Amino acid sequence: MIELPLSTITLGTGFGLLLIGLWGMLVRKNIIRMVIGFSLIDTGIHMIMVSLGYIRGGTAPIIDAAVDRATALTAVVDPVPSALVLTAIVIGLGITAVMLAYAVQIHTHKKTLSIDDCTDSKW
Amino acid sequence: MAKRLLIVLALFLLAMMFWEVAANYTERTALTPIATHYVAQGPDEVGAPNLVTAVVVTYRGLDTLGEVTVLFLSAVAVGLLLTMGGLDQKAEPPTPASEIVETAVQYLFPIVLLFGAYIFVNGHLSPGGGFQGGAVIASATLLLFLALPRSKLRHALLIITESLSGFGYVLVGVLGLVLAGGFLDNRVLPLGDYGRLFSAGAIPVIYTFIGLKVGAELSAVLERFKGEAS
Repeated sequence: MIELPLSTITLGTGFGLLLIGLWGMLVRKNIIRMVIGFSLIDTGIHMIMVSLGYIRGGTAPIIDAAVDRATALTAVVDPVPSALVLTAIVIGLGITAVMLAYAVQIHTHKKTLSIDDCTDSKW
Repeated sequence: MAKRLLIVLALFLLAMMFWEVAANYTERTALTPIATHYVAQGPDEVGAPNLVTAVVVTYRGLDTLGEVTVLFLSAVAVGLLLTMGGLDQKAEPPTPASEIVETAVQYLFPIVLLFGAYIFVNGHLSPGGGFQGGAVIASATLLLFLALPRSKLRHALLIITESLSGFGYVLVGVLGLVLAGGFLDNRVLPLGDYGRLFSAGAIPVIYTFIGLKVGAELSAVLERFKGEAS
């Protein structure tokens, strides 16, 4: 039994979620399910980014009584990927909201959520 | 069928690529040079214990301004999409929530709002920040809509809050250009005592603006999705 480091597990899970989400986006016909696929990809990428910023044995990059300044350099994880993921989560939320708004409009006009019925701009 | 096979093939090749990355990945044991600078100098330069906040609001503040802009654009796009083209508002009336839920929401709503404000005001000290606090505020709105589907938000108030916060954010950034080292420099206000609520220069101010803006935007988005439930 090989003992896997924590960040390798989260990295693998992130890649797995990304693949599952991409599968969902490519195979599913229901628009809502495609949006869910996108959310899975999004979450997978966040997990990958956070895993890549992990430092062995590191803790949250908050320098207070628990982590003093002298030992901070070896005690905390990389703050930059965490900040990037914070940005990415917000952008992902915005994109998901816009996609769902499109889904609502498509359902209002066509009374269906199947992507196969959206052939207006297909050529 | 051939399409399905192609999809499987593409995903398989992608998985092979990912496998290469994951198999050769070894956990890092040291920070990158830029992260080393942020961790070593951040508490002195920015004065915020939470280094993620220091990176988000000050070191990479311009990115955050862009992020706020993207969120604003998506809120506008949702509003535009859901109001144009005669949305079918004749949906069946929503099932009313039980009296217990309705009463509980009346007590919980201000507490959740307060918690959201706590999160964004303390963003430089503890885990949290403007976006998280704004999301908590929007969750209070969601709770309100679930319990009382007929409730309406005051749009004028939302628009004023959102515009003023966005304006204030950019104004603090420009003040940094004039009074301190550059755009969005947080040293326009004194750094104060490390680890106190009123410290880290302009970070609490900026995060308050972001929290109010995000909370107002997401609440407006939620109301758009709710539609005109009658």
